[in-house]
Formats: sequence, structure tokens, C-alpha cells
Amino acid sequence: MSSLLTLVAQRLALGILLLFAVSIVIFAGTQILPGDVAQSILGQSATPEALANLRRDLGLNDPAHIRYLNWLGGLLTGDLGTALSNGADIGKSIGRRLYNTLFLASVAAVVSVPLAILLGLLAVRYRNRWPDKLISAATLASISLPEFFIGYVLIYFVAVQLGWFPSVATVYDSMSFWQRLSAVALPAATLTLVVLAHMMRMTRAAILNVMQSAYIETAELKGLSGFDIIRKHAFPNAVAPIVNVVMLNLAYLVVGVVVVEVIFVYPGMGQYLVDHVAKRDVPVVQACGLIFAAFYIGLNLVADIVAIVSNPRLRHPK
Amino acid sequence: MSNELEFLSRYVAKGKMSRRDFLGRAAALGVTATAANALLAGAARAAGPVKGGVMKVGMSGGESTNSLDPATYASQTPFMNGKQWGDTLVEVATDGGITPRLATEVGSSDDAREWTFKIRPDVTFHNGKSLTADDVLATMERHSGEDTKSGALGIMRGIENMKVDGDNFVVTLKEANADLPYLMADYHLIIQPGGGKDAPDAGIGTGPYKMKVNEPGVRHVYEKNADYWDSSRGHADQVEIVVINDDTARIAALQSGQVHMIDRVPPKVVSLVQRAPNVEVKTAPGRGHYVFIMHCNAAPFDNNDLRLALKYAMNRQEMVDKILFGHGSVGNDIPINGAYPLFTALEQREYDPDKAAFHFKKSGHDGPVLLRTADGSFPGAVDASQLFQQSAAKAGITIDVKREPNDGYWSEVWNKQPFCTSYWGGRPTQDQMYSTAYLSTADWNDTKFFNETFDKMLFAARAELDQAKRKQIYTDMATILHNEGGLICPMFNDWIEAISTDVGGWNQNANQTMMDGLAPIVCWLNA
Repeated sequence: MSSLLTLVAQRLALGILLLFAVSIVIFAGTQILPGDVAQSILGQSATPEALANLRRDLGLNDPAHIRYLNWLGGLLTGDLGTALSNGADIGKSIGRRLYNTLFLASVAAVVSVPLAILLGLLAVRYRNRWPDKLISAATLASISLPEFFIGYVLIYFVAVQLGWFPSVATVYDSMSFWQRLSAVALPAATLTLVVLAHMMRMTRAAILNVMQSAYIETAELKGLSGFDIIRKHAFPNAVAPIVNVVMLNLAYLVVGVVVVEVIFVYPGMGQYLVDHVAKRDVPVVQACGLIFAAFYIGLNLVADIVAIVSNPRLRHPK
Repeated sequence: MSNELEFLSRYVAKGKMSRRDFLGRAAALGVTATAANALLAGAARAAGPVKGGVMKVGMSGGESTNSLDPATYASQTPFMNGKQWGDTLVEVATDGGITPRLATEVGSSDDAREWTFKIRPDVTFHNGKSLTADDVLATMERHSGEDTKSGALGIMRGIENMKVDGDNFVVTLKEANADLPYLMADYHLIIQPGGGKDAPDAGIGTGPYKMKVNEPGVRHVYEKNADYWDSSRGHADQVEIVVINDDTARIAALQSGQVHMIDRVPPKVVSLVQRAPNVEVKTAPGRGHYVFIMHCNAAPFDNNDLRLALKYAMNRQEMVDKILFGHGSVGNDIPINGAYPLFTALEQREYDPDKAAFHFKKSGHDGPVLLRTADGSFPGAVDASQLFQQSAAKAGITIDVKREPNDGYWSEVWNKQPFCTSYWGGRPTQDQMYSTAYLSTADWNDTKFFNETFDKMLFAARAELDQAKRKQIYTDMATILHNEGGLICPMFNDWIEAISTDVGGWNQNANQTMMDGLAPIVCWLNA
């Protein structure tokens, strides 16, 4: 058990180191973008005086590494700072956006993960027969279509023609849980269709791989039913790769949904980040980048640990 | 059947169908004349303002970086916000005149250097404070101070001195300007308590709606200001501005009834949107125009023959047809059109490959001309550049089109590179348009047009109170620009917006987008 703790601690330390590296990369990236913050904030209608005044107020005349260190210092003391563009407190703005993003991701995950695994299991049980082919064809078709297309198709039929769910998924504080759920129905459905195939195919492939093993043959020979073999013998041994791909998709649901957010006008992190990149609002971009990186690293950590826990050989290294 | 009749009765109320035709149609559908007349009366009644409801507006141009501080307004959604919670001293009317708002009277000295604005009595801010001339002075100071970042700074620069005289706000100008009231109608100059010096982004003003929820880039909710001084405005109980930047999503939101009005319908889908039964598309010819701009001081564009060659090589009608899908009008290489007061039409420059080839040869220029463009410089800019490439090729002129990234276009390309595409939203007066972009000393002289005679004429026109003389000066200036300027203006674009059929009271106001931002305030929801 202690070896497991050491391992987790090692991974965490590595993760934090990685976050620092990421922050530097993002900062460097924002520096090489054309244009500057002041010009981007004031737009085409900026007068030279206004530009000069804004640059001075934003501290843009300081060299880049000083600005970076100032920001890092604030971060380590729990202060994300204020947005350069509108003076809003970053921590507060991000908190709300992050909550929205996690809400949408959770709804999509709660629907898509069990569905994908169930479909994967079904596909294995009836492999190379029509249910398998139908499931594969349908999910592969949905992943092949770009997500904005799926989004627009859903908007056209479900929102405009049938009027079941709203096409604009704007959520706000005064909404009840059920109102929120109704608002995110279409974006969540779009995301589900996008991530389903990946997880389903991986489940199918991983279990089929295990199904070639000798002990599965034994189970068959001793007369277990097809589904029992999968549930009791194949699935536990295939968990590691499945969890891996599930975690990758969960990470995607948190950090990669900007297109869906734009189409459904969902106030999540993606849109927030893009707005601030356009304005060269470095502190916000850094903060968003770090949060995204933290999610990626954290979810991958979970995948690793699950893989280790589910595999006795890794749990008890020689 | 009754649906059709109801639909038609609205047509009669709007004057699009005669009463006789309507009754004939009703009879054909088997409805008695009495019932049909009752229906008509209902439609006519509905033509007056209806109070109540929540007016939902889907807007583009909103970002999570927006602030409520009027000094920062630079796109559509913030502009709309300002119109909800604030008032300016005056407004530009639909006919191009000046409407008094927070100033009840506007007067000037004979030389148009000293202007007096009488401040409306008994107006209170949303925080309960009464409006005084001091608030007006403080507001103007905030927008004109040395260290301001206000988008209105450019227009405040001509002011020498401002003071309060009882209920009057008095402005003294460095040079005479007959158009000062138009400058005061600028949407940045919202009067705030104490000039908004303490809390510029509080969203507290004298406007018809009070700010209730402010989530930049998401939505803005306003509730009716019961004490608003003008009862002809603010019919809905609430106004909700929802930021929907994606064109398709915005149109879908209108079609599915989630919002009542949207801005910016892309020209190429207008005919599709029009087909929806519950939606009306509204267009208004505005002052906005799309431009191809050459720097008159940079080779090879410092040669007027080359500039003329490129002007003749532009097929303006094709641009209007293919880029605006007919929702606009042809330009004439001046930034002014019929939407401006004191406008005189010059002879239209037509596409003429022969003349273009003649001037090109005369210019002595050899080789291709480099044109920079980006999608974001105006909608359809890349397509327009390619059309221009084709029409110029027929005159033997090779244009290389270089596509630049949208990101950074305004800071790296526009006003820096010698030939690029861009747009202008237009200004309320000719003086303002010319002083913003064609005066030698203007910051945004984006054609680097330096012409002393032109500058002198501009100042002369500005100080001239005799309208006939002013008009003549403007005509002469337009002629100079038309023949010598670095501006190729192929088209003026219409404002294209769409509303639900539940919305009443829409009128044509082309000063800015969405009826100059007044749509949610002036319109109402038919119950």
C-alpha cells in the first residue's frame, strides 16, 4: 500500500512541475502573438493617447519576465489577479465558468460513459452479428461528423422544428437544477454523440482482446453464459485501457468543447478563454491554461492509479 | 384558416394590404363581414404600444471581457447595454436631425464656438440622485482628460473649455463647429452620476431600464425604470440581452422563439430567414461601408494614376450583388452617401477596364499590386478581394491577394500596410467622417491622404452656419477625394436585422445597429 502512496506522491509532484512548465509555455505563446493587449482591448477605434494610457496602466511597459514573475507570485498566494481587459476578478469569473463547464461535462459523462460501456459490452456479446455492426456503424458515423454539424442538426430538428429543448443553452444562477438540465440537453447530447464512439470501440477492442485468452476458453468450456463470461472474467481484466480512454474523453469534455459552447451559447470555460486570448489578456489565459492542464494531469493520474489498482501485478511489484 | 386571416389582418394594420382586399379574402374563407371587421379592429388596436413582457434580444459582438464602462464600448453588445441604462444629452433622429434627450435645448453663439445645453429638470439616476449640470460636466471631463482611455476622446479633443452655468452645461470650442450636438450624441457619452468617476462600470444612469444582471459575454438583464422621464419609451417590463455570437445559433434562437429580435443577419441567408413564418427581416440603408484603402504616400500608391486605375478596375455593382446579396448600395469612392445630411451625389464611377488599363499604363507601374485582406476586415472580404482580382485582371492589372490572420489585423495591417481591406461604421455627419479619417492630422487617416486644400475646406465647412454654402463645400471636398483620394469604396452595407412577428413598433433608424440601439426600448411585445 505504501508503494502506492509513494507512486501517487511522485505523480503529483511531477504534475505540479509540469504545470509550471505549461505556464511558461503559455506565457511565451501569448508573447509571440501579433498585436498587443492595449490595441486588442481598444479595437480599431483606439487613439494613440488612449493606447499609451492603457499600456501604462496595465504595466505593459515592464519586461515580460517581470510580468510573469509578478503573476506567479500572486498565484502562489492564491490570487489569480484581475483581468486586464475589464478589471474583473479572475478567480470569481472563472469559478462560475468552471462550474458551468463541469456541469455540462458531468451531464455528458453521466450519459455517455455508461452508455458507451454498455454498448461496447453488447457489441462484444453479439460480435460480428447485426447488433455489433449497427452499434459500430452508428457510433462511428456520429464521431465522423464534425461536432458543429451535429449541433446544428440537433438545433434544427429538436429546437426549431419540435421545440422540445432550447437552442440557446445560456444558464444562470437563478435557474433550478431541472431548468439547467433542460438548457444543457442539446449540448450534452452533441457531446455524447461525439465521445461515444471512442469509448465504445475501446471497450469492445479491449474486451475482445481478453476474450482470446485461455481462461476465457475455460470459462466457456465450463458452461458459463456469454454475458457472464464478459462480466466476471473479461471486463475486470480489460478495465485499465477502458478507464484510460474514458479519462481522456472526460478531459476532452472539460477542455475541448469550445465549438459546442459557441454553437449553443453556453457560458463555459472555452468561450471565456477564447475571448481573453483575443484580447491578449495574459493573466486570464494563464489561469485558464493552468486549470485545463491541471484537469488533464489529474484525470490521467486517476487513470494510472485505477490501472494499477485493478492489476495485481502492478499493485505488488517485485 | 383563422391563422391566415390573423396574419392578413396584421398586414392591413401595417398598411401592406387594403381593407377591401382583406374583407374579400375573409368572405372567400367563409367568414362573415362582422367577424372579419372585429378581427381588423383587434389588429389595429394591437398596433399601439403594449406594455409588459420580457423583451429578449439576441446580440452579436459580446465578449466575457466587456465592461459596462461606456468609455470602453467598442462593439455591438456593450453599445446596446449603454442604450438600456443610460441617456446622452441629445440623439440623432431618424431623419438626421437632433432630438433633445437629457438636454432640453441646445443653442450656440453666432460663431458656433460656444454651445449651451440646458439640462432637463426632474430627472433622477437609478441610485436616486438627481441629474444636475455638474454630472454632465464631470462625465465630459472623464471622457476628455489627459489620461482617459475613452473611445470618445477623439471627438472631445476640439473642446477648449467646459463649465456649468446654473442649469446649463456650456462648451467652448477651440474652433467653430456647427456639428457639436452630433458629437454629444456619441454613444460613449452617457451621463453618469458624478461623471462615473468613482464607479465607471456601475451601469447606473438615467436610462429607461435599470441594470439587474450583468454577466459579460453571457447575458445582461434590465428591469423597467418606473421613474423614467420619457413615457414613450420602455414598454417591456424587462429587457434581456443574450450574447449569441454565432450567426446560425442567433437565427435559430429567433426561429425557435427564444429571443424576439436579433442583429446582424448575414446577407446570404436573408432569403432563407425571410421564409420562416414567424420572423420578419428588417433592413435599413446605413452609413457603414466596406473599403479597399491605399496609402497615398507609399509606393506604388503615391501615384494618382495607379490609384485611378485601381478605382476603375473595381466592379461595384458586382460587389453589391455577390458580397451583399443586394442588401446595400454601390459606393463612389467617397465615404459619404445619401444617409448623410447635406449630401450631393457625384457622377457615379463605373467599372471600366479600358480606362483602368489606360491609367495603369500611364502610371508606369510594372508588376503585381499586393492587397492584404482578412475575413474579419469585413464580412466577405476575402471573396470581395478575389472578385476585385478578377475584374482588375480584365484590365491587365495583376493583384496578389494576401490573406492575413484576423487576430491582430487592426494592429498590424490596417493603417500600417499600404493596401488592405477594411470597413467603416460611418459617422452621423460628414464633418465627423472626414475629420476622423481624411483630415491630414487624423489618427485614423488610413489612406494617408494629406491635402491642405481639403483640410482647409473641412474647417471652413465646420464653421459655416449657412447650410447651402456648407453643402457646396462638402460637394467640392467629395470631388477631390473621389478623384485623388486613396479610398476605393465599392459598397455601402445595409443594417440587416430580424424580429419576431410578436414585436411591434419597429421603425427604420439607420444611425447604428438595431435602430440605433433603441429597438428593445421603442418596440413592444404584442400580447
